[in-house]
Amino acid sequence: MRIVAASPLALQAGMAPGMGLADARAQLPDLAIFDLDRAADTVWLDRIADGCARYTPMVALDGVDGLILDISGCAHLFGGEAGLRADLIGRLRRLGMTVRAALAETPDAAHAQARYGRDVGAMPVEALELPPEDMIALRRAGLKRVDDLTARPSAPLAARFGEVATDRLVRVAGGRDIHISPRRPEPALVIERGFAEPLGHVTAMLAALAQLAEEAARRMQETHRGGRRFEAQLFRTDGLVRSLGIETGLPTREVPLLMRLFDERIATLHDPIDPGFGFDLVRLSVPLLEPLDPFQLRLEGGSVADDEIARLVDRLSTRLGHGRVRRYAPRDSHIPEQAMLVFPAIAPRPTSPWPAPTPGEPPLRPVQLFDPPQLIEVVAGIPDGPPRQFRWRRTLYEVMRAEGPERIGALWWRRADNQGLSRDYYRVEDRHGHRFWLFRHGIYEREAASPRWYLHGLFA
Amino acid sequence: MHDSTYKLATLRARIGAIEGGKPSGSAALFALGHDRLDARLGGGIARGRLHELFAADPVDQSSVTGFALMLAMRLGSDPFVWLRQDGGVRSSGELYAPGLIDLGCDPARIIEVQVPDETALLRAAGDAVRCQQLAAVLIEPWKGARAFDLTASRRLSIAAEKSGVTVLALRSAADPGPSAAYTRWRVRAIPSQVLEAGAPGLATIEITLLRHRGGIAAFHQRLEWDRDQAIFHEPPLSGAVVPVPAGGSFAAGPARRRAG
Repeated sequence: MRIVAASPLALQAGMAPGMGLADARAQLPDLAIFDLDRAADTVWLDRIADGCARYTPMVALDGVDGLILDISGCAHLFGGEAGLRADLIGRLRRLGMTVRAALAETPDAAHAQARYGRDVGAMPVEALELPPEDMIALRRAGLKRVDDLTARPSAPLAARFGEVATDRLVRVAGGRDIHISPRRPEPALVIERGFAEPLGHVTAMLAALAQLAEEAARRMQETHRGGRRFEAQLFRTDGLVRSLGIETGLPTREVPLLMRLFDERIATLHDPIDPGFGFDLVRLSVPLLEPLDPFQLRLEGGSVADDEIARLVDRLSTRLGHGRVRRYAPRDSHIPEQAMLVFPAIAPRPTSPWPAPTPGEPPLRPVQLFDPPQLIEVVAGIPDGPPRQFRWRRTLYEVMRAEGPERIGALWWRRADNQGLSRDYYRVEDRHGHRFWLFRHGIYEREAASPRWYLHGLFA
Repeated sequence: MHDSTYKLATLRARIGAIEGGKPSGSAALFALGHDRLDARLGGGIARGRLHELFAADPVDQSSVTGFALMLAMRLGSDPFVWLRQDGGVRSSGELYAPGLIDLGCDPARIIEVQVPDETALLRAAGDAVRCQQLAAVLIEPWKGARAFDLTASRRLSIAAEKSGVTVLALRSAADPGPSAAYTRWRVRAIPSQVLEAGAPGLATIEITLLRHRGGIAAFHQRLEWDRDQAIFHEPPLSGAVVPVPAGGSFAAGPARRRAG
């Protein structure tokens, strides 16, 4: 086992990343050791990155322990670059983090400076972050600092270590600017408000949010736009952020509707919103704007009608979750349980019409389907004949009428072993008129020695 | 004299205001397409009211589902919301769209909402009932559903009266308790008219009117659902080939049914 990271105190005491755990223990017997948990580290880094969204929308993760912020054009809002840096470091220190921050012209230069010191020339060659064998080669050649490399012509370096090395050298020195790709695409519309006195109550935060929503609605109105997704980001003074997302089926910009959906969202949260020491920045963003004409009442009330149902779907979907408010679409499959597609009503999709039933036929499919089918005990007259009686949920049903079998083949071509049992479906009616949909799983003798029976659905 | 009539009228208005939505006698009705049944119900079943459907036996719950669907189809072609509780979905299966088509109901009309518990069910029902563009709201509380009591049902029926949306409560696993429902029915499956080769026939049920706020006495009625015309028929009695003539006499009804 090796040390991956050490605290400043441990570093002072002579510990270093890469050191064997046994060596470290030998030097410092009461060393506190924690297992590496990459997943938790990533989650934490993500949360910090979310919190950094208060400075700029261009936030990118940098390795497993770094963040890169593109603050072009943002710094003046926080009292210049130095002010922003101090604010950021202050917040993270308050969270108990050890932070090293560097400001540079390009992302690579900032990355190197934060890790290897301000002076580019004095940086060790490790700052180039080349493969370990190249590092050893450089060291053996007596090239220890970035200076040693920049002083030399670049062609031999490229010949020995490849284009990558010269490229890295230029980038670390700040000679080539690249664009970072932010963690989230920049939203189409962002409205935010900062508070000198943090908001300590959720109600105050909601009032602020309503004001932001009105401002957003006004701007969307001007351009005849509306949004389908809205995200409220609540930045706490300690640098963490809480996000609340809502979604509607149709584009909208109605403030009361949005606030109602935000209320619903808050009511369904598993862990209630904790303002901590208060929210000092509230932001409302609309990721995507869609065309939305100025609201108009049609005389015959046509468009308003759809609207009301769409609003109901929005509310219920926000409260219960998208998967719980559903509609059906046909799906081309002969396997009964795959013949329909269930999709969230909030995300409408074009659907093909359902096939019409043959006039005069009785219902051939049940209104309710069990998925998975329920195992039943059946007594049949002959092994491959219709059932005589069956037991389902501890009740015995005597079959008076039966129609079948309707044989439905398995999807053998989807299986590696070309296997799968066919099902023989029967529509049956018992003595009292209850109608069931049963099937025998496997053809008798050909596919199964003693096929099992299942109840798959109930007819009206 | 004049004065007292006026006083009486104001008093009535005030009592009406206190009672909120008192079921007014003049509810719009929708016909079931079965002449004798419609005549018996004074024209049909009331729109914008709460109706409760019970199952005669737990296994009859798919017939309750079927009857509710048939009523929703008689209510027009607007979308309707179907609220189902998780426990109920587990015990009685998912709604199956191809089977709904076989009953004549376009699955595109249905917005199915699955709720975790009764509280969520009643809350969602309250929201849905206020949405005037819906043809109906079907709610399916699971089992006893203690929260679905007199108060809850009264709240729902008042909301239904205001918006004109018909509410059908499918209470397959419950026994009739106190509620503000306008009508209350019990549904059970009965043997269908046999088709050739002994195949089971069309959806055939017997409905029993248990209670009617308009004072219509309890009765039984056997019905067969005709999907192609979206109306109810009198099922032919077993063995009988002659269908009962439309608008047959009242008196003949019960006797024949008892005989069947």
